[in-house]
Amino acid sequence: MIAPTSEYALEVVNLKKAFGGLVVTQDISLAIRPGERRLIIGPNGAGKTTLFNQISGDMRPNSGQIKLSGADITRLAPYRRAHLGLSRTYQIITLFTGDTLEHNVTLGLLGLRPSRWQMWRPLSFYGDLANEARRVLDAVGLLHLAAHPVSDIAYGEKRRVELAMALAQKPRVLLLDEPLAGLSNTERSQVKSLIASIPRQTTVIMIEHDMDTALDLAETVTLLNYGRVIVDGDRDAVIADERTREVYLGV
Amino acid sequence: MKWIAATLLAALLVLLPSFAGEFYLNLSSQILIAVIFALSLNLLVGYGGMTSLGHASFLGVAAYISALLTSRYGWGHGPAAIVSILGTTVMAALFGVIALRATGLGFLMITLALSQVLWGLAYRMSDVTNGDNGIPGLTRPMPFGIPLDSPAAFYWFALIVTAFAYLMMAIFVSSSFGSSLKGVRDQPRRMAALGFNPWMIRWIAFIYAGFWGGVAGLLYVYYHKYIHPASLSTASSAEALLGVIAGGSGTLGGPVAGAALVLLLKNYASAYTDRWNILLGLVFLFIVLVMPTGIVPGIGKLVARLRGGSR
Amino acid sequence: MQFWIIQGLNSLSFGGLLFLLSSGFSLIFGLMRLANLTHGAFFMLGTYFGAIALRTYDGLNLWVTALGAGFAVAAIGGLFERLVLTRLRSNPLGQVLVTLGMAFIISDACLVLWGGDSIPVPTPQNLQAPTRVFGFVFPTYRLVLVGCAVASALALYFLLERTRLGAMIRAGVDDRQMARAVGIPVSNLFTVVFCLGAGIAGAGGVLGGPILSAYPGLDADMLPLALIVVILGGIGSLLGAFIGSFVIGLIYTFGTALFPELAYIILFLPMIVVLAFRPQGLFGRVGA
Repeated sequence: MIAPTSEYALEVVNLKKAFGGLVVTQDISLAIRPGERRLIIGPNGAGKTTLFNQISGDMRPNSGQIKLSGADITRLAPYRRAHLGLSRTYQIITLFTGDTLEHNVTLGLLGLRPSRWQMWRPLSFYGDLANEARRVLDAVGLLHLAAHPVSDIAYGEKRRVELAMALAQKPRVLLLDEPLAGLSNTERSQVKSLIASIPRQTTVIMIEHDMDTALDLAETVTLLNYGRVIVDGDRDAVIADERTREVYLGV
Repeated sequence: MKWIAATLLAALLVLLPSFAGEFYLNLSSQILIAVIFALSLNLLVGYGGMTSLGHASFLGVAAYISALLTSRYGWGHGPAAIVSILGTTVMAALFGVIALRATGLGFLMITLALSQVLWGLAYRMSDVTNGDNGIPGLTRPMPFGIPLDSPAAFYWFALIVTAFAYLMMAIFVSSSFGSSLKGVRDQPRRMAALGFNPWMIRWIAFIYAGFWGGVAGLLYVYYHKYIHPASLSTASSAEALLGVIAGGSGTLGGPVAGAALVLLLKNYASAYTDRWNILLGLVFLFIVLVMPTGIVPGIGKLVARLRGGSR
Repeated sequence: MQFWIIQGLNSLSFGGLLFLLSSGFSLIFGLMRLANLTHGAFFMLGTYFGAIALRTYDGLNLWVTALGAGFAVAAIGGLFERLVLTRLRSNPLGQVLVTLGMAFIISDACLVLWGGDSIPVPTPQNLQAPTRVFGFVFPTYRLVLVGCAVASALALYFLLERTRLGAMIRAGVDDRQMARAVGIPVSNLFTVVFCLGAGIAGAGGVLGGPILSAYPGLDADMLPLALIVVILGGIGSLLGAFIGSFVIGLIYTFGTALFPELAYIILFLPMIVVLAFRPQGLFGRVGA
């Protein structure tokens, strides 16, 4: 682990990504402090997920810079970013459906440990991994389902497994891509309190459409539209801003 | 139940030379070799999600290296075997770098193209490989001074190597690296986000599979005492792939059963007809259309259903 | 000098043959996401049909034969697509495996029907006399073959870019879901393109006959060349198949003439270079 050398946990400078002629993110700049809770909002197609994909390394930006705790990660492969303390969840649930919940979370733990290269010992040899995985599952309230395959559990529970896999990594920066999508009201409040309980060592950046819930969790808000940052700042200031109203109400 | 079956099978395999005739012992040796080969291919196809149509490259190259070193340059079997396996593994590392530039169908096409190039080379470079005539008159090694020329001795030898190979590959797939490999097969993007290096994981699996493919190749050339470019052909790769898929890819038992089945089929069919390739093609169509998940998982499901029904 | 010019022409004509083979392969792959491993067998089937027809009926025209064989192979391809491939639409790996199975069946069936000896395909009488240009002697048939390849490239280009069918095919290559959503009968389109690809390969097989003749193993010789052309040129790109065919034709012909034992290794090189720097191929938009 490198020591934080910057006052920002994550910094994005003039990020640009275009597919052919279609510009998806244009000159996006963000600066997020350690421990901050940042909400990213904007209409469909505003470039929110594309921004996340560039931060996590799934897509290469055409130009611009991404810094994690001051270190330039713009050209690093996704797995190297994970080792520097970046985790993410997906809008479309991306789990190992045939495997148990415990195995899913264990993979999250294994990804950061040298034992992922171990070819002689069975995975079950690492009892500490299993214990830790069960502890994380307990924290998201799914311990009772630990031995079930993901394909057996309900949609809302899968959302929580997504979170558990990322949380197990104890990331410094956590990207949550619509963690509330498709949840019922009860499930929503469960996941909400789960996100609220994430320790302050972790900086949380969240894309979410459900404003009622998400705004409660956020301290700062960034509004994107057509791939640009429209407003950026403290939650209440952004909500009150006229430009926010323009984007959302079209006036 | 499972343990009883496994013990019975082991006892049968060990005691086979005491009651089976030469024909069946030789057939069994060939099956054992095909099993190692199918298991190694299954590391790629079943556990890595990398469908290769060029796996015969490893079998053929290992066999050719050993054949050339022992027959032409007069090497002993020991050093020849080491160089042959080492050479094959290095070749797997190189082929892996090329083929893993792509995944899915691109990977399949590149492996096929690479192996066809080797096959063409074996045919054309007749100064070295003796071309279409192949290299005849090879010998079998004498490990610890024990000659392997009798069918029983060779069977024992093949059985020991196969048991060891099976064990090593079983350990490999159940290891934490095996979990990484299966994870990369199922969700490569997620695995990368979790900190795994998908490319490196696939590459290592490719090299390991190449290594065991080379071991199968050595046994192959020891058994036949002859090597021909056909062992490098697409048909040779395809037979192994058929064994893996017919048996059930991604399981340990599947390729064993599948490889045995394909070899038995080939053997019995050849008694009646020369048209093995037509039969091979038809079996391909049949397996893919009728039982795409393979025989072993299919039987497993059937057993589960029967048990569920009897309760 | 004569050597270089003759080999140059040989490589052009061989490149033309490769284009007839690989353009269909590339189209099928681009639209159907299917690596059609039967393609080499389709080519060989065309050559055998041509060789047998010309041997049986004296004075039969090579061009008519090529057309006929093209239709026959297209029909066989169409049947295979309708009866087998359509059942496996959700199983891309299964599709590849059945095309491989089919390749074995055709290959072996040719051996049963027409034996192990190679059967020559005669060069049309009026093209047997060599052509003289600037004092150099050219085999006329090869010149005509290059013309054929260029003509069919133009025809394919016209079909893809200027016709309604072509517009639908392009839409399907770009985005299958979208094409289906706007009402393009994608399933029928698949059959049409598969027949078209098989037909071109079959006709190409006949036209290649006077150079290659029909022999067992022709399919296994041709298929890897098509694979390398498509890996080189980019999947689903007509231009890529065109350029790739002539590049490979050149390398293969000169490689065979200058270093006969190493010709296959030399084929490796462009493929490796392209894969290293542009895995999607020279003119491809997406990776395989």
